[in-house]
Amino acid sequence: MAEIDPVLAQALQEINDAGDEASLDSLRVKYLGKKGSFTELLKSLGKLEPEKRPAAGESINIAKRKLQEAIEIRKKSLLRASLDEKLQAEKIDVTLPGRGQNKGGLHPISITIDRITDIFSSSGYEVAVGPEIEDEYHNFEALNIPAHHPARAMHDTFYVRPGTVLRTHTSPVQVRVMEGGSPPFKMICPGRVYRCDSDLTHTPMFHQVEGLLVDERVTFADLKGTVEDFLHAFFEEEMPVRFRPSYFPFTEPSAEADMGCVSCSGKGCRICSHTGWLEVMGCGMVHPHVLELSGVDTSKYNGFAFGVGVERLAMLRYDVSDLRTYFENDIRFLKQFN
Amino acid sequence: MIFSEEWLKEWIDPKIGADALMDRLTMAGLEADGISAVANDFTGIIVGEVLSVQPHSDAKKLQVCSVSDGDNVYQVVCGAPNVRVGMKSPFAKTGAEIIVPKSNKPLKIEATKIRGIESNGMLCSAEELGLEEKSDGLLELPKFFSLGEDIRKLLKLDDISMELDLTPNRGDCLGIRGLAREIAVLTRQDYKEPSVSKITQQHSNELPIKITAKDQCPRYLGRIIKNIDLNAASPLWMQERLRRSGLRSIDPIVDVTNYVLMELGQPMHAFDYSKLAGGIEVRMAQDNEKLLLLDGKEVNLDPNILVIADHEKAVAMAGVMGGMETAVSAKTKDVFLECAFFSPLAIAGKARTFGMHTDASHRYERGVDYKLQKTAIDRATELLLDIVGGEAGPITEAVGNLPETVSVSLTYAKVNSVLGIDMPSEEVRDILLRLGFSVADESDDGMRVIVPSYRFDISIEADLIEELARIFGYDKIPKTSGLMRQSLDFKPEGEVPIRRMCDLLVDLGYQEVVTYSFVDPGHLRLLTKSPDAQVINLQNPISEEMSVMRSSLLPGLVSAYQYNANRQQERLRLFESGLVFSQKGEVVVQTAKLSGLISGERYPKNWNNNSKLNDFYDIKGDIEMLLDLRRLKSSVKFLDAEHPSMHPGQCAKITDSECNEIGHIGALDPFISQELGLGESIFLFELTLSELQKGSIPRAKLLSKYPEVTRDLAFVIDDSVVSADILENVRLNAGDCLVDLRIFDVYQGDAIEKGKKSIALGLTWQDPSRTLSDEEVNTIISSCVKALQEQFNAKLRN
Repeated sequence: MAEIDPVLAQALQEINDAGDEASLDSLRVKYLGKKGSFTELLKSLGKLEPEKRPAAGESINIAKRKLQEAIEIRKKSLLRASLDEKLQAEKIDVTLPGRGQNKGGLHPISITIDRITDIFSSSGYEVAVGPEIEDEYHNFEALNIPAHHPARAMHDTFYVRPGTVLRTHTSPVQVRVMEGGSPPFKMICPGRVYRCDSDLTHTPMFHQVEGLLVDERVTFADLKGTVEDFLHAFFEEEMPVRFRPSYFPFTEPSAEADMGCVSCSGKGCRICSHTGWLEVMGCGMVHPHVLELSGVDTSKYNGFAFGVGVERLAMLRYDVSDLRTYFENDIRFLKQFN
Repeated sequence: MIFSEEWLKEWIDPKIGADALMDRLTMAGLEADGISAVANDFTGIIVGEVLSVQPHSDAKKLQVCSVSDGDNVYQVVCGAPNVRVGMKSPFAKTGAEIIVPKSNKPLKIEATKIRGIESNGMLCSAEELGLEEKSDGLLELPKFFSLGEDIRKLLKLDDISMELDLTPNRGDCLGIRGLAREIAVLTRQDYKEPSVSKITQQHSNELPIKITAKDQCPRYLGRIIKNIDLNAASPLWMQERLRRSGLRSIDPIVDVTNYVLMELGQPMHAFDYSKLAGGIEVRMAQDNEKLLLLDGKEVNLDPNILVIADHEKAVAMAGVMGGMETAVSAKTKDVFLECAFFSPLAIAGKARTFGMHTDASHRYERGVDYKLQKTAIDRATELLLDIVGGEAGPITEAVGNLPETVSVSLTYAKVNSVLGIDMPSEEVRDILLRLGFSVADESDDGMRVIVPSYRFDISIEADLIEELARIFGYDKIPKTSGLMRQSLDFKPEGEVPIRRMCDLLVDLGYQEVVTYSFVDPGHLRLLTKSPDAQVINLQNPISEEMSVMRSSLLPGLVSAYQYNANRQQERLRLFESGLVFSQKGEVVVQTAKLSGLISGERYPKNWNNNSKLNDFYDIKGDIEMLLDLRRLKSSVKFLDAEHPSMHPGQCAKITDSECNEIGHIGALDPFISQELGLGESIFLFELTLSELQKGSIPRAKLLSKYPEVTRDLAFVIDDSVVSADILENVRLNAGDCLVDLRIFDVYQGDAIEKGKKSIALGLTWQDPSRTLSDEEVNTIISSCVKALQEQFNAKLRN
C-alpha cells in the first residue's frame, strides 16, 4: 500500500492552489472520487495483513475528512474572494447627500408658544383658546375696563363694527372659560392679539400667552414663585426676577415682572437699555370685580393672572433683533429655527 | 410726567441721590423713565453787562462791545442781533469752557481776533447754555442779577429733569405736591407745603356761577382779576421750572396756570373777563352746539360733553380746552380765573373722541384732588399779581354734588392671606396713615379707613392691599411654588392634536409661516371670490393692504410664496394654521384652518434628482398622510370639485364618510397665477381643523393564521371612469375576506385604444378561520369582472 501522508500533503497543496471552483471539483474527483487516490487506497486495504487493516483504514478515513474539510474551506475562501471582487466593483461615494425631502420647521412663534405651553402643562395648566373677533364686553367690560377708562387709550383697538373688536389681549378667553365653568381654574391662553399700532417695535398683530389660576387661598407669593419659576424654566437660567407695582384694570395688586438681562447678565447693554433689567411680564391678583362678573364666588376663591408677549420672549431667547421679520416669512430666516 | 429735582426739593429733600430716588419710585410703582441734565456742562460763565456797542469796521453783522463783569471791562466781538447797551447777559470770559452747539464738543474760550479786532470772551445765547434747542439772540438776564455772579448758581443749572411713566391710576402724582407726598411716605419723612400768602381783596366784582350739571361738576371756583399788564414777562425762574417740566413759556397767564398745574396738579383756565356775557353756567352741551377751541379747531358738541358756558354760548370744553373767542389776548385787561373739580367720569374719554389730549384732560380723567381748588386759585392769584399786577376780587364758589367720602374696610387676615406674608396690624396701620388714610373705625380684626380726597383708585379692600404691598415692598414678599391643587389631565386619544399634524407636515418638508390675519381686499377677492357681504372689514385699518379679515389662509400663503419667490426661493413647501373669518348674516364665523402651498420641484435640488415638478399627487400624498393620523383613512373621499383658488380640472374636495367637508386640495388656478405673475406648479390645500382632528381609538383584531391569496387583474376601461368608482365596485363584489385592494398600474399609450386606459389591481383575501380554496377565489374574481364589465364596460386584459 502506498504511503498516505505524501499523497495527503500533495492533495492539500493542490487544493490550496486551486484557483476556482471547477479545479477544486476536479481535485475532489481526483482524490475522493470513485477512482480517486484515496478510494484506491481503501481498495488496497485488502492487501494488508488483517491485523493492520483497521488502523490503516482509520488513517485513510481521517485523511479523507481532512481533504473534505480543506476543499470546503477553500471553496468558501474562493467564494469570498469572488464576492469581494464583485463588492469592490459596487463601491459608492458615501459622502454624497441622501435623497428625499429636507425637513421643514415650525415658526419661531409656534416654537415659543409650544415651549411655554409645555412648561405650564407639566404643572397641570390647561390650554384654552377663544375667538379673535371679540365683543367689547369680553375684551373690556368683563375685565374691569369700562368705555371711558383711560386704559382703553393704551389698547389702540381695531374695530370691526361698533361693539365688536379684534381682541387686544387673550384675557377674554379666561373670562369665557370662567363663565362656562366652576373653580378651580388653572389655564393658559396662547394666541394672536391685535393693536392698531405699527412701527419699528410694534406690529399690528402679535401673540400673547396669558395664564390664570383661581383656587382657594391663592397668594401674591404664589404668583411671584410661578412667574419666577416660569422665567427660569423658559430661559434655563436662574437670572434674578424683580416685581414692581404697576397697574392693570383687571388685577389688584398688579405687578410688572422684570428679569435680569439675559444678554449682559444684568451689567447693562443695548438690549436692556443699560438698565440691566428687561420688562417681560405683567401680572397680578385677579381683581375681585373681574371674578364676580364671571360668576366666581370671591368669598371662597381668589386667583392670579399673568401675561407675556411671545415675540419678545422669542427675541430674547433666539437673538431675533427685528420684530417685523417674524411676519415677513422669509424662508431663509425661518430655516434658522429648523 | 417730567419734573425738576430742584423744584421737588423745595417741597421735600429725598436725602438720597437722584438714581436711588428713581429706583425707589420705580419699585413703588412710579416707573422711572430717565434723567437728563437741564443745561450744558459749561463752566466759568458769569453775569455780564453790555456797556457800549460799536459797529465792527470790517464786518456788517458783527459789533464790538465792551462788557463789564463788575470788576473789569472787556472788549468782546458779538454777532447777536439783540445786543444793546445796558442789557445783562451770560458772559463767558477767557478760560471759560462751553459746549459748542450741534457738535457737542467742549471749547475753551481764549482771547482771539475776529476779523482783525480783539475779542476777550463771548456773550452767550440760551442755545449755547443748552437751555433751548435754538436761539436767535443773547439770553437776556434780569436787571437785578449781580454782575460777575456765576450763571450756573444763579439759574440753579446743576439741576436735572426726571421723567416718570405714571400708570393711569396714579393721577395724584401728576404734580410736585403729589410726588412730594409719595416720596415722604417712601423715605419716612414729612414734606413741606410752600406757604401761600393771603390774597387781599381789592375789588368786590363777582361773576355769577351756576352749576346745572351737578354730578359732572361738583365744584367750580372763579375770581376776577382786574387791570393786569400783559406786557410783563414771566420771571426767568418760572420759565426755567416750566422748561424743566417740558412746558414752553407762552405768556404770564398761561405760564402761571401751567405752573399751578405742575406744582399742585390742578388744571386751571383764564378767560378774558370782558368777553364773557352775564355769568358762568356749567352744563352739558346742546346737540350740535359748536365751539371754536383755542387750538383753532371747531368742534361739534353733543349732550355727553360738559361745557363751561356764559349766558349766551359754550365758552370752553370743560376740563379739556378753552374757547378761542373768550381767550386771553395781549389786549386783555381783566381776567376771570377758573379753578374747578370735574368728575373723572365726566371727562374720561371725551378728549379722545375729538382726537385731543391735553394736560388738563389727562389729569381730570385720572382724578384731581377735589379739596384743592381754593388753595390752587389763591396760589395762581398770588403768582399772577406778582408778575402782571392787577387787583384781585373775591372767590366765587359754586358747588354741585361733591363726591361722598369713600371709606374702605380691611381685615388683617385678608391682607396676609392675599399677599402670603405676616404683616403685623401696627404696620398696616402705620403704612395707611402715612399714605394719608384716616381711621374711621378699628377692631382687633381690622379697620375701616377714609380715603384721601386725592386718591381715586381706592374703593375696595384689594386696593388697600396693593397699597400695603407697594409700600412694604413687592421684593420683600416671599416666593412660593404656586402649584396649588393638581389633577391628572384628560387627553382625548381619539382626537388628533394640532401639534401632531404640524409635526407631520414639518417632517414632510413643510415650513410653517405666520401671516397677518388682515389682508389686501383685492388679493382676497382674487383668491377666494368671497362675496363682499361675507367679508369682514376693519373700521380703522393700519393701511388698505391690511384692511379685511382673511376668509381663507390661502392669500397669506400666496403672499409668502411671492415674497420668497422674489428672493430666488421658488421651491417652497409652506403651511399655516389659524382662524379665518366670514360674515354670515349677523353672525361672525371664525373657523380654524390648516392650509399649505407647495411649488416648484418635487425634491430639493440634488445630484441624483430628476428635477421633476410637483404634481397633484405629491400634495395629495402629503394630505393622505395627514388624514392617516386620524386612523380613519378608508372613510375619506376625494371628489372632483371646484374651488375659487384652484384649477378646475385639478381640484378635489375631501369629505368623510358622513359627507362632512374636510377641505380642498388642488393646483393653483392658472388664471390667478398669471394675474399675480407667479411661477408654475403651485399646489394648495385648505383643510378644516375640527374635521381633521376627528380620529379614533384603535381596536385590535385577532390576526388570521391562514394564508393570504393574492390575484392581480388588469382591465381596459374608459378614461372617464375614475379609479375611486372602480375600487368601490370591486370592493362591493370581492367578498368579506378582501383584506387589501390597491391599484398598482395605470397605463395609457400605444398598446391601448385612444380614450381608454389600462388599470391593474391587486387583490388580497384572507379568511380568519380557514384557508380559502382556489375555486372560491375564482368565483369571486368572476363576479368582480362581470360587475366591472356591466357597470363600466371594462375589458379584462390577458
